[in-house]
Amino acid sequence: MKFMLLIWSNPANWDALTPAEQETLEGDASSEHAALDVALIGSGELVVSAALADPVTTRTVRVRGGVVASTDGPYAEAKEHLVGYYLVDCESLDRATAIAAQIPDARWERVEIRPAMDVAGLEM
Amino acid sequence: MDRGADIGQTLRTLAPQVLGALVRHHGHFDACEDAVQDALLDATVVWSERGIPESPKGWLITVASRRLADRWRSETARRRREATVAALESSEHPAPPAPAVDDTLALLFLCCHPALSPPSQVALTLRAVGGLTTAEIARAFLVPEATMAQRISRAKAQISAAGARFHLPEHERQERLGAVLQVLYLIFNEGYVATSGLDPHRVELTSEAIRLAREVWRLLPGDGEVAGLLALMLLTDARRPARVRSDGALVPLAEQDRRRWDRSLMREGSALITDTLSRAQVGPFQIQAAIAAVHAEASRAQDTDWPQILALYDLLAQSSTNPIVLLNRAVAVAMVHGPRAGLDLLAELDADRSMSIHHRLHAVRGHLLERAGDRVAARAAFDEAIRRATSIPEKRYLQAQAVRLANHGDAQN
Repeated sequence: MKFMLLIWSNPANWDALTPAEQETLEGDASSEHAALDVALIGSGELVVSAALADPVTTRTVRVRGGVVASTDGPYAEAKEHLVGYYLVDCESLDRATAIAAQIPDARWERVEIRPAMDVAGLEM
Repeated sequence: MDRGADIGQTLRTLAPQVLGALVRHHGHFDACEDAVQDALLDATVVWSERGIPESPKGWLITVASRRLADRWRSETARRRREATVAALESSEHPAPPAPAVDDTLALLFLCCHPALSPPSQVALTLRAVGGLTTAEIARAFLVPEATMAQRISRAKAQISAAGARFHLPEHERQERLGAVLQVLYLIFNEGYVATSGLDPHRVELTSEAIRLAREVWRLLPGDGEVAGLLALMLLTDARRPARVRSDGALVPLAEQDRRRWDRSLMREGSALITDTLSRAQVGPFQIQAAIAAVHAEASRAQDTDWPQILALYDLLAQSSTNPIVLLNRAVAVAMVHGPRAGLDLLAELDADRSMSIHHRLHAVRGHLLERAGDRVAARAAFDEAIRRATSIPEKRYLQAQAVRLANHGDAQN
């Protein structure tokens, strides 16, 4: 079963922390991400993962009446934005939860787990 | 049959026999499995040019043994393990005689080792016993080939690390057989739930699971649960032509065009389960097959023998706390004693967290509320089910139910 692990960030929460708290929480995040990538590749559970650039780099696209309109910048002034994601294919929601807990950002931001829609279905 | 399909079928039948022969001779399941995959690829190329050799199994064992020696040699170049190579070379053409015992079971037991997670057991079984390539397995499970390759190689390493033996002691065989049957059923379902048009690759998993279940049944004809699983697969697969419309939409059992059911599969499945129930110790797969057989007997949905189905679910619920079993039992209760009796049972399932977040509980509640005449509550239950569904075809089906109820309500007002 495939799960998307979405890493949400709220910069205001982070800015409210003292530098000492930030240091304790952050630990060595980039090497932890790298290690998690290696572990998930090794276990055959990683489909894809990526970190996302700052929201200021967003381009938003809409198609209305066949006309493509694109604007630079995010859709709205959201407090939170996506900073990265892991798509994993694993045994269960519990396993996905265990993986999410290893994402360093979970210590100061939050990680959301969403099941990916399947194309298969049971008789109802 | 064209030569390609012929070769494919031959290779998949022989794959576990060749792997079994190698592992018995050399040990090292991990290395042998790689060598057999190499030999299967060699065979695909060579046989399509020159035809299938007279003794395809001997050919494969010889080539796989050479591949194994090659692998050990390059390994040894790094690790200087001269002794191993010498031992392998002294048996340059080891091609052990056709084994008196079938190694397929021993391989299945190994692939379903408890150290592995179910997805890993499934992947390894399909490759080592089913003879499928990593690319085929990856396509069937809609993951990148690299992901599947890694999953398989990790699984093999875990088996080695767990010190698994090729031949299980007798007292562990029965327990492991249960894991094997679960894995075969997982493979079957993975293929069965695929809806047509969206992904034809997964349907092959259904026939592969049936082929492997037949193989296990041939080896263990006296085991009631093996026969039960095979019968369950046959009876379920018989409904496949009727369970999905041409546009990929799911058709519930009650609305299926039963003339499209595969009668010969139903006959085979029904005969098998009837015979098994009369002589074997009863188990969950047999009961589920018996339930499928009762459905198969009804030429119209309204002719279904629900009291019989309820009696079978009662039996199943005695040995299973699986909430899906309890949910299905609630449906049977509703069919026999009315929708309110079924709804009372669903209320008990609400307490189960794994069940209350599952769309099926809400979908069943929607159906029963509608039958009880409460369309507003039924609509709300279907809306909840729609939000919880993680399958596109199931979501489409549930949306159609919600729309139907909304339209019906408008027509009445």
